[in-house]
Amino acid sequence: MTDYSAAHLRELVQPGRVHRSLYTDPRIFELEMERIFERAWIYVGHESEVKAPGDYRTTRIGRKPLVMVRHQDGKIYVLHNQCAHRGTMVVAGERGNASEFRCCYHGWTYHTDGRLKAVSLPHGYPAHFDPKDPGIAMVQVRRVANYRGFVFASLADHGPSLEEFLGYMTTSFDDMVDRAPDGELEAAGGVFKHAYNANWKVYLENLCDAAHPIFVHQSSIAAAEQQSDSVYSDGSGEIAIRQMRQNGAPYSFWESQVGIWTYPNGHSFLGDYHDDAKLVAALNDPAFRQYITALETRKGTDETARILSVRRWNSNVYPNLSFMSQFQQLRVVHPIGLNRTVVYTYNFRLKGAPEKMFERTISFANIVNGTGSLVLTDDLETYNRIGIGLASGGAEWLEIGRGYTSDLADETGGRRGKNSTSEIYIRNMFDAWLGFMTDEQAQPVRRIEWPEQRAVSK
Amino acid sequence: MSAVLRGDRATEQVELFLIHEARLLDEARYDEWLALFTADAWYWVPSEPGQRSPYDTISLMYDDRRLLETRVRRLMSTQPHAQQPPSRTSRIVANATLEETAADGRALTVRSKLMMVEFRLDNQRIFAGTCTHRLVRADDSFRIAWKRVDLINSDSVLEGLVVPF
Ligand code: FES
Ligand SMILES: [Fe+2]
Repeated sequence: MTDYSAAHLRELVQPGRVHRSLYTDPRIFELEMERIFERAWIYVGHESEVKAPGDYRTTRIGRKPLVMVRHQDGKIYVLHNQCAHRGTMVVAGERGNASEFRCCYHGWTYHTDGRLKAVSLPHGYPAHFDPKDPGIAMVQVRRVANYRGFVFASLADHGPSLEEFLGYMTTSFDDMVDRAPDGELEAAGGVFKHAYNANWKVYLENLCDAAHPIFVHQSSIAAAEQQSDSVYSDGSGEIAIRQMRQNGAPYSFWESQVGIWTYPNGHSFLGDYHDDAKLVAALNDPAFRQYITALETRKGTDETARILSVRRWNSNVYPNLSFMSQFQQLRVVHPIGLNRTVVYTYNFRLKGAPEKMFERTISFANIVNGTGSLVLTDDLETYNRIGIGLASGGAEWLEIGRGYTSDLADETGGRRGKNSTSEIYIRNMFDAWLGFMTDEQAQPVRRIEWPEQRAVSK
Repeated sequence: MSAVLRGDRATEQVELFLIHEARLLDEARYDEWLALFTADAWYWVPSEPGQRSPYDTISLMYDDRRLLETRVRRLMSTQPHAQQPPSRTSRIVANATLEETAADGRALTVRSKLMMVEFRLDNQRIFAGTCTHRLVRADDSFRIAWKRVDLINSDSVLEGLVVPF
């Protein structure tokens, strides 16, 4: 039996490779829940999901069920979804509005900021029982922060602020919000919830993987390439087929035009990919013309040109958030068990944009995030095969060394691949992983650990 | 196809048509299934109970004719990883009722129940829901102008959906 001391954990993450056990050992999974998910800032929801006092939505950090709720004081609280009496989950639905929360078991009630309101049969308790004790409550998560509408919570008592934790990645959130003519987003359009039977880490490891589309997505690429454009479309099919064809871009495209940028704390984004003309909002699309006009009216032509020149594909915020600012999609990866993961995906409406723009967002969501998508289903199949393959006990190390010797420092304070095919974003996540896993304290702002600084252990 | 139309009454014709459609899907004859649809048809599996529109809310599947053709081509000829090995399905369609018939009798809306079991690798999944078909008369049978499938667990956590309902 290994005890997973810091020294041992360090041996499992080596230059350009990681040990198989990081995906297969249930003790590692338990440590990750404790040391990563209970220390990092975790996305819990968007402020537009709880507009009015009493609005709530259930959410989680790691496997812990929580409630995000707007209280009468106008503030957003994140509460442990556990009754202080004998532990029953208090809020069962996904979302709603409540003036108080009432436990189904013996009817204890709570204010929407989590304070205990009333206890049934409140007599005969011993001296320690004080209904005003903040520990006898739907306990509040103490650290909750909001970056431009995106709400995060951290179960650690101390640590960096949300903005310190995000660092340069705040610019990806800025990109998403700046695209709204009114400067605000609204979560809308439903939620996909898809599941796969493999470790939580493989999901973000795939989202900036420029080398996989032509293999994983070969079936939808070929089917879309053979599709006649003269067949009737109401617009939604056209967007989907364009994206499927785009997935078939040859390696020369990924190696010359697209980039991968990584930042401290495990974050990264794939950039310089689609320009708007190519995809969701082709320039000859009247809805996009109206959208540009709305943006220019509110922000001026220079700022509009700047906003539309930002071309980010997936922005990954470690450990479990990924979003597409350009297409207003956001995914949250929920680890359920060592080999079971559920991913929730959300869409956002750009306030002040023509409604047709949101139709484009929905069509795009169906093809990139849809549970019945012609594209995503082959990713899910791949994750399931990773789950099975790793159980085989074959090759001991997983190779994540592509681009290792050609990665570069970037003037924005991070490190990037020479081009988008570098696996630097995976190495970067494991640098963060090691930082969280070996630090017994709540984490300080972590500096990325570069290969040349790390001793090679054999 | 003419064998499908032995019955005299419209409901019986419709039931036989739905049984035929289910059989094509169970036997993975997706190209023949596609041929049942009109040239501007749509096929819709909503993501929420009672969903009103495929344009303002995501869908498990929402295909206009162009995307439906691509979906079928992927299943028939480009070998998706997610169908290696392929699924086997067994469907029962029942409880068909005529909800509406156009004045000239050339188009009708049918509601029916679907039970589908899908087997693949070591997994067997069960799907249940309500189908709504808009059928138009063509030659001696029908064409599908649109089809909507409301799964009872449409808003649940689901693994990938590859085989159409
Ligand atoms: S467990 Fe909640 S009131 Fe008893
Ligand atoms: Fe993919």
